[in-house]
This record gives sequence, C-alpha cells and structure tokens, in this order.
Amino acid sequence: MTRHTLSVLVENKPGVLTRVAGLFARRAFNIHSLAVGPTEHDEISRITVVVDVDELPLEQVTKQLNKLINIIKIVELEPDASVQRELLLVKVRAEPAIRSHVLEVVQLFRAHVVDVVPDAVTIEATGGPGKLEALLAALEPFGIREIVQSGTVAIGRGSRSITDRALERASRSA
Amino acid sequence: MVQGPHPAAPAGTGRASTAPRPQAVAASPADVVRPAPALVGQGEEVTGAQSIVRSLEAAGVDTVFGIPGGAILPTYDPLMDSKVLRHILVRHEQGAGHAAEGYAYTSGKVGVCMATSGPGATNLVTAIADANMDSVPMVAITGQVGASMIGTDAFQEADIVGITLPITKHNYLVTDADEIPKIIAQAFHIAQSGRPGPVLVDIAKSAMQARTTFTWPESVDLPGYHPVTKPHAKQIREAARLLATARRPVLYVGGGAVRAGASAELRRLTDASGAPVVTTLMARGALPDSHPQNLGMPGMHGTVPAVAALQKADLVVALGARFDDRVTGKLSSFAPHATIVHADIDPAEIGKNRRVDVPIVGDLKEVIADLLPELAREHMQHGKPDLGAWWRQIDDWRETFPLGFTEPEDGHLAPQHVIRRIGEIAGPEAVYVAGVGQHQMWAAQFIRYERPNAWLNSGGLGTMGYSVPAAMGAKVGDPSRTVWSIDGDGCFQMTNQELATCAINNIPIKVAVINNSSLGMVRQWQTLFYESRYSNTDLHTGHGTVRIPDFVKLADAYGCVGLRCETAADVDATIQRAMEIDDQPVVVDFTVSRDAMVWPMVAAGVSNDEIQYARGISPAWDREE
Repeated sequence: MTRHTLSVLVENKPGVLTRVAGLFARRAFNIHSLAVGPTEHDEISRITVVVDVDELPLEQVTKQLNKLINIIKIVELEPDASVQRELLLVKVRAEPAIRSHVLEVVQLFRAHVVDVVPDAVTIEATGGPGKLEALLAALEPFGIREIVQSGTVAIGRGSRSITDRALERASRSA
Repeated sequence: MVQGPHPAAPAGTGRASTAPRPQAVAASPADVVRPAPALVGQGEEVTGAQSIVRSLEAAGVDTVFGIPGGAILPTYDPLMDSKVLRHILVRHEQGAGHAAEGYAYTSGKVGVCMATSGPGATNLVTAIADANMDSVPMVAITGQVGASMIGTDAFQEADIVGITLPITKHNYLVTDADEIPKIIAQAFHIAQSGRPGPVLVDIAKSAMQARTTFTWPESVDLPGYHPVTKPHAKQIREAARLLATARRPVLYVGGGAVRAGASAELRRLTDASGAPVVTTLMARGALPDSHPQNLGMPGMHGTVPAVAALQKADLVVALGARFDDRVTGKLSSFAPHATIVHADIDPAEIGKNRRVDVPIVGDLKEVIADLLPELAREHMQHGKPDLGAWWRQIDDWRETFPLGFTEPEDGHLAPQHVIRRIGEIAGPEAVYVAGVGQHQMWAAQFIRYERPNAWLNSGGLGTMGYSVPAAMGAKVGDPSRTVWSIDGDGCFQMTNQELATCAINNIPIKVAVINNSSLGMVRQWQTLFYESRYSNTDLHTGHGTVRIPDFVKLADAYGCVGLRCETAADVDATIQRAMEIDDQPVVVDFTVSRDAMVWPMVAAGVSNDEIQYARGISPAWDREE
C-alpha cells in the first residue's frame, strides 16, 4: 500500500463531508488524514484526504467519488509536485530550569511559542509529517502533555490553479 | 445557493405561450428540463406543498404511488386538486417504491413514490436500494418533521437522507420552500440521465406550509454532474479492430442495453459482427431470444452455451454489464483467455471487477452507433473474420446441453412447464415480472423474450416481494399490455397486500404463484449443500398441507379472482381462463413439485468451468478443446 494525497473540490453544501467520508468507509478505504476548508470561491470547499491504498483500488475510489453529485473535481497531488503541510500544537512541560532547552528546540525547528505559563509552553509548528515527527521526538524528553494535529493540506506547485479549471469546466457546460 | 446564472421567471404569471422557450442548454435532451406547462403559473405565490405538486406536474409526472401521513399531509391536500397527477394509494410504502420501479420500466419515465417521515420513509428503503442496484430511474418524495424539530428525535423523525445516502444516486433535504422547484427539477434530471438511479427528496413539513413563489427552472445547473455520453473515437476504433479480428468473440450484454434503449443498435451490431450474444438476467429481451446468435443467459443459472462461450472466448465485449459475481462465478477464472472491451455509461464500473483492455465510457446507443461504421470499415479492409469453427463448437454445446427439465418424480406439476406455458400463451407482447428465487430463474430461462422491458425483476438486490407491486406499477405504466407477475409462494406473502390496491384502482394484473410450499431456492441450496436438512424453508402453502394462507381464498378476500391449478392437464385451460379476465386482478395458485431444482448451476464461488448441467452432470470440456 502506498500513501496518496487527494484534493477534492466539492460544492459548499451541508452534508458533503459525510458523503465523502461515508464513501471511503463503505468501500473499506482507510483515511489517514482529512482536512476541510473554504477556497477562494465561496461556493467551493476543498477537502484534502490522505489515504493508504494501492493503485487500482485508488482508481476505483476516485471514480466512486466522482459519482457523488456534489463533487466537482478530484486531483491527486504527487509529493514532488506539491507542497504538503500539517499544523501541530503541542503543550510541553517547561519549568524554568529546562525552559531554555525547550526554546532551543523551538528555534531549531522554526516553530513558535504561542502560549506560556510558569510550568509549560504551547508550541505551534507547521511542516510535512517528517519534520513534525522529528520535532515531537526532540520535545519528548521534556514531557509532552498534550498534542493536537491537523490533517494534511496540500497545494500543487507552480502558477496553475485547480479551482479555476474546475470552475471553467462547470460554467462551460452550464 | 446554487452557482451560475439562475434564470429568472418570465414576467407575468400564467402566460400561455406556445412559442418554445429558449434552451439554455443544448448539450443533450436530458440536460433540458421540460418547460413548465402553461397551466402551472410561473412566478405565482403558493404554499410549499403546492409548489411540490406543481413541480411534479412540471417534471412531467402523471402517476404517484404513495401513502399519506403526518409530515407529508400538507402536500396531499393540493395533490387532491391536481388535474395531472394520479395518486395511487398503496398499502405499504415498499409497494409504492416497487410500483414506481415497474412503472418506470413500462412507461419509459421516472417512477415516483411518496411517503411520510419516519416509518413511511424507512419502508421505502428496500425499494430504493433495489432501484439503486438495478439502475432504475426513480424519485422518492418524503415528508420530514418541521425544520425546527429536526434533530430532536421528534415523533416520526428519521434521518432518511442519512439512511439512504449509500443507496441513492443522490438525495436532498429541503427546509427552504423557495428551493422546492429547483431541487425537484434536479432530482428528475439526475434520476434519468447518465446511469439512471433513485433520487430521494426529503422535504420538511415547515417548508410545505411556508409561502413561496413557484418558479420552474429552465435548466439544471449541477457543477459536479456531467455524465459522459459520447464515447472516445480511439477506443471505438480499437474495439472495432478487436471485434473484426477475434476468432472466438462474445457480446456480453447487460441491463445497460435496456436502460439505454439500445436494442435496435444491438441487433445491428449482432448481425454485423456475427458474434454470439449472451444476455444477462437484467438484459433478457435486449436482443430477441429468437435471434439465432442469442445463446441466452450467462451466469450461475445460465445456459451451458452462454457460460461456456464466455469461458472459451478470446474476446468479450461487455455492453452495459458489470461483471457481477452471479455472472462471473469465481472472478479469477472467468473468461480466462479473453481480451476485454468494456463499454458502460458509468466509468466506475469499468475495471471495478475485471481488468479491462479497452475501456469505453458512453451511452450504449451512441457507443454501438459509433462502433458500427468502424466495424464495417475493418470488414472492408480485412474481410469478415471466419467464425465457422467457433459456431460449430457453440452449436455442439447447444445441441448437447439445451435448456430443459425433467418431470418431477412425485407426480406434481413441473414449475418450469407452468412458466413456459404462461410465456407461450401470453406471448412476447406481455410483460413478465418475477419475484426472487427459483421461479425467477425459471422465468428468465423458460420464457422467450423478444423485446426489451418485457422482463422485470430484482436482479442486483434480489428483493423477495418485488413482483406484485412492480407488476402493479408496470400495468399502470402501460395499461394496454397484459402483465403477469410470476411469483413464488414465499415472495407473494411479503407484498400481496397490494392486490387490494390493484383491485380498488382497476389495475388488472395477473399473478401466477408458483407454489412449491417452500422457500424454494434456499431449499435447493439445503438439498445440495446442507445434506437436505431443511431448516426453516417449509411454508405450508402447497398440496397436502394446511394451506395457510389459502391463496384462492386470499385472492377472493382482496377482490381478485382466485384460481387453482394442480395438474398438467389443467395448466393451459387455467392460463387461458386468467387471460380472459381483464376487469379484475387474477391470482392463480399453481401448486407445483417442491423438489424441482434450477439447472444448470454454477455453485457460489467456484469457477464457471464447473457448471453442472443437471445434478452431478458436468460438460466434459476437454473433448471440445
């Protein structure tokens, strides 16, 4: 099985996420991560879904997704031709004695401290899965108290926009 | 809100214009929403309920099968005043759903059913799933509790949109009355275009009661829905080249050929290619059974020639078929030597089960129309292929393994004989609607189908109880045709309450209960695979039993004519008698042998090479190699 990142453009309507997630579950595909958000067009939302799946079943799930009426377009983003990022918020123990060591790690990973209390700091970091894993490994010895992590979001490199082309096609056929 | 320009209603209301409206979409007829009839006041202020009724009228609906209840009640009031819509009050919502399916087959239109919220809606679920599996165009309208009550576990609340998400082509929840015409227009467009299927529109009671403006849209704008109908020229050329050069080709025709209305084209392709044709359970009648190249049905209970031809083929051209497990048997050994051309309107079917060499996405009518000139060109250049050896082999199979049956040893009626005689006496212009089980297979095998849409059954979902309500819908969809429900005693007891609907609404269907006093197909499997241990398959309806219920008395109680036939000598006269009654539904209790089995058979999960012509008798393939 290999990891694939799909960008799914959908109509911004209630229940669309359920349709997409339900389809993955129904066809026994495991979602590794999922992120939903608005796009530059009010009427279109973008779902980034990362799945572990072989090539042939991926083709089938893509075709099944395309059958959903509210789905406008599906693009697979290759790792080399796209920028892929996750957001991590992590709360780490940081008593005065060790705080400077924690902050050193933060600087090293170009992360930020977004909240400070006497005995802990909350760190924000973005990056690919590899970088965030490394950051967590580096913070581990200090004592990690809480982690929250977003699904991957991804965008193709270069000047072309997948939303523009999707909209053009929609308006041409209308 | 929807994207793109939304055409405004023409100024003025109730404008009786004869001039055609400008069409916003010219792509295909399916994209164009039927212009609202003049009697429907465009831009008129109405209630949401009135808007529903007018939208259905504008969508070209003339028949609705349904049952009222609390949440749909506001809609039933203006429905009473409609001069266009005939509402047929069924006795169970499942009956409404199957009736809508049967209606869709014989009328060529979208079938419509209606139910209230909660249990009304959930009772539709089986029929919706059935329509989804067999690609039947259907729109289901359900009432929902008021918008402010949704999510509170209100009385008769069920999340029917959530429940039917995996079994509809699409579904909607409407809480804003202004959206009713647009969404109903979309529902009909989606249900009947591309690969047809069921669409559910769940409408909150509060939206039915709200004031709104009725504005029927002139076109449907769905940015994510653009079914491909025109096939790719390069793939068509490749398919033609293969078909012109194959030595052992088979056309594997599925239900898509019936849905696409591609029978005439299929006939031309059959004649032009000279190839043998197999018609799946869903495609019976797509090519006339009398056509010499028609080998009949493939699959688990297919004919030996049809099954064998696929197993030995060097080219399989699948036309609107989906390589279902009941056709392929063990998938890895299905048609092992064949190059596969697969044409279907649904891209997701192509390569789903079997790896495909030449994929063709398109409407089958257009696919075959494009294929014909390319095939002719190939024949001109390279001559027609010599299929003589292939046909000699096939004809040998046909001669050695014709469809047949043996007379039951218990002296009771042979069910196959009854079904064959119904087909011969009622003829090819009649409509035959089966339930699910042994009688369904015999009806697929022993009735000769000469035209599409003469054979209705629940193929994909295998819904027992389909027959009586679907036959009712079929008769309403085309009252001029004789409609025979070929049902089993098990199936019949699941939905026979619709006999009341038939009797009261003057829908004179004919029901042949092939009564073997048991759940016959399950019993057959128990005989073959469970050492004849008959666990819970005895129904006590046949000869020598308590006969509960007595189907003749039951027919009588429902205002139908009840007949019984128990001997071979009476079969023809009983069928003739049923054929003569055309002002009342007729139920014939044919009490048949319970030991009759469906042959040929490929056991579940084994290779089609292991087909048994009769119990313990398998063709010796090596002899023909």
